[in-house]
Amino acid sequence: MRTGKWKVVLAGAAFATAAPAALGQVSHKEMADALHAVMESDRTVYTRTVVNRLQNEEKVIKASEHFKDEKALPLPAQMFRFGAEMVAEKKPGFSYSLLSLWPINKQNAPKTAAEKTGLQAVVDKPTEAFYQEEMLGGKKYFTAVYADRAVSPACINCHNNHKDTPKTDFKLGSTMGGVVIRVPMK
Amino acid sequence: MGKHARHWVIWGAASALGAAYLGAALLVPGAKTPVWLRPAKVFFAPGEMSAGHRQIELACEACHTSPFAGRETLQEACVGCHGAELKEANDTHPRSKFTDPRNADRVAKLDAAECIACHVEHRPEITHDEGVTLPLGFCFVCHQDIAKERPSHAGMAYATCASAGCHNFHDNRALYEDYLLRFAAQPRQLEKPVLRPRALREAIEEIADYPRERYPFSSLAPADQDGGTHATPESTRDWLETAHARSGVNCSACHRPAVAGKEANKAAKKAIGEGPWIDRPGERACAACHADETKGFLAAKHGMRLAQGLAPMRPTDAHLPMRSDAHDKTLSCASCHSAHRFDTARAAVEACQGCHDDPHTRSYKDSPHYRLWLKERSGDALAGTGVSCASCHMPRVRARTPEGGSRTLVQHNQNDTLRPNEKMIRPACQSCHGLAFSIDALADSALVTRNFRGSPAVHIRSMDMARERAAEIERKRAAKSRGKSG
Repeated sequence: MRTGKWKVVLAGAAFATAAPAALGQVSHKEMADALHAVMESDRTVYTRTVVNRLQNEEKVIKASEHFKDEKALPLPAQMFRFGAEMVAEKKPGFSYSLLSLWPINKQNAPKTAAEKTGLQAVVDKPTEAFYQEEMLGGKKYFTAVYADRAVSPACINCHNNHKDTPKTDFKLGSTMGGVVIRVPMK
Repeated sequence: MGKHARHWVIWGAASALGAAYLGAALLVPGAKTPVWLRPAKVFFAPGEMSAGHRQIELACEACHTSPFAGRETLQEACVGCHGAELKEANDTHPRSKFTDPRNADRVAKLDAAECIACHVEHRPEITHDEGVTLPLGFCFVCHQDIAKERPSHAGMAYATCASAGCHNFHDNRALYEDYLLRFAAQPRQLEKPVLRPRALREAIEEIADYPRERYPFSSLAPADQDGGTHATPESTRDWLETAHARSGVNCSACHRPAVAGKEANKAAKKAIGEGPWIDRPGERACAACHADETKGFLAAKHGMRLAQGLAPMRPTDAHLPMRSDAHDKTLSCASCHSAHRFDTARAAVEACQGCHDDPHTRSYKDSPHYRLWLKERSGDALAGTGVSCASCHMPRVRARTPEGGSRTLVQHNQNDTLRPNEKMIRPACQSCHGLAFSIDALADSALVTRNFRGSPAVHIRSMDMARERAAEIERKRAAKSRGKSG
């Protein structure tokens, strides 16, 4: 009798674990990883083929925070943020932002405990993503932090020399900050 | 019961009548409200509307688009009229700031995701400038670390963030720090003070569905006019002097506007000139080619009643002082651009003075700006060096065309740059004056009232503070690199 009951329980647990993948459902971690893969690639393409090539190699146009007033290219961070704002208008539930321990704009410093821990974690171990569950405003979120690295000389040249930067010795390939993705949990 | 039956009947009938009267106010749209129904509509308003919306208070459905709808519907109504302008202004506090979960702790104290969080209507007793209904120190609710981040701000009063000529909640295009630094060296008057020229011809020629076959771009002669028996020698003579006649726009282009609903209209503006003759065409006839200008006109205090289908605005309905001899004039395109002359110089000055009668308007004649305008009109100065009412209140701006390009547009929304008045700096003031001077001049309300006769008696320290901070950062950097190498 007892072994029988335990067999049922074990079978049920195995089913519950395997079912989401088996039934085609995506876990929060998989969703965050997938979103990040797209975000990172789009922004890297922009940084390398548009900003670095035209500004630093061909020297035909600059990138600037005030791109409209200076007839310049938007910064990669702005391209990222505008995308995040447009996504927010569609009310998809998830949100994402670009944060740093050395932000040029203080609003982009980590605020929540998960952000602070996560940003430090991706500095210490850039190849590993950081995951944590968070309660914000009474709602539960699955929060993922990914290392944001200097993929191009354009990144470090601007950040190291910017008027408001707290850090002036970023190197190519170093972690400058982190992409923080939040997926709401039911 | 029988003794009082009659009283019951009378009371029941009176109640039913009263209910029907008030109910009608809820169901009849503002445009169709007869005069006797207006008190019923106003009965439902909890309080008088703010200055910005007072003109359309009878059109409840302009904001309350459907009964029993929630706050989201109200928000859509706000965005419907004001959204494009905020986007264009690079809104410093967009909705996305407040929907981001990482700001949840601040949002708990002040959730400004919706316009009505800070701009409640129908509450005149708590309404400040710009329709703000929060206590004016609200900035501090989120920006509590200002004293730490900007020591230069220590000691500043809480309610002065947005009223000191340094910061605006939404539109900081003329005030952001790097902008101040970029134009820090500008003198009071620029070397080449000149306004951006109008370029309507280029803009019109680019309109994809312009009815070129019927009205090719060529000069018309008196014999070409197609008004038939409707034309008078006077109207023909006036029309011949206009750019309309020089550009092939004939009588039928305005007096026979495209008939609404015709299938042909959807394809192109080909149906212009085919409709029945209208003696006094409204703004829709103008909008066929001057769509952007008409849109601007309908967005602001001159035309917002027309936009809601209400009777046009009259000086007698205004809260600003107006000339008594203009009381019953009605506002439309033709009231400023008198048909058939369409004299834009008259529209830029005399049209305004024909109705407005406040100290600022009355002082214009004695102002240095007016002296420049007279010089330009008499040919003694170059075009664009004179300053009319329209130069500042309806400035020439760069606007996007539906075809994805850009054009110079006379901004017919004359409220667009009025409040906060720093919005006037980039499209108007900075064409001729330096940034620091412009900021100071606009902050001196006495100077504004007497139409800029004299110098600003006020100095806004924003540019000084920006320069000090930039110099401080430079000093620290230099010291650091000296420390490294030394």
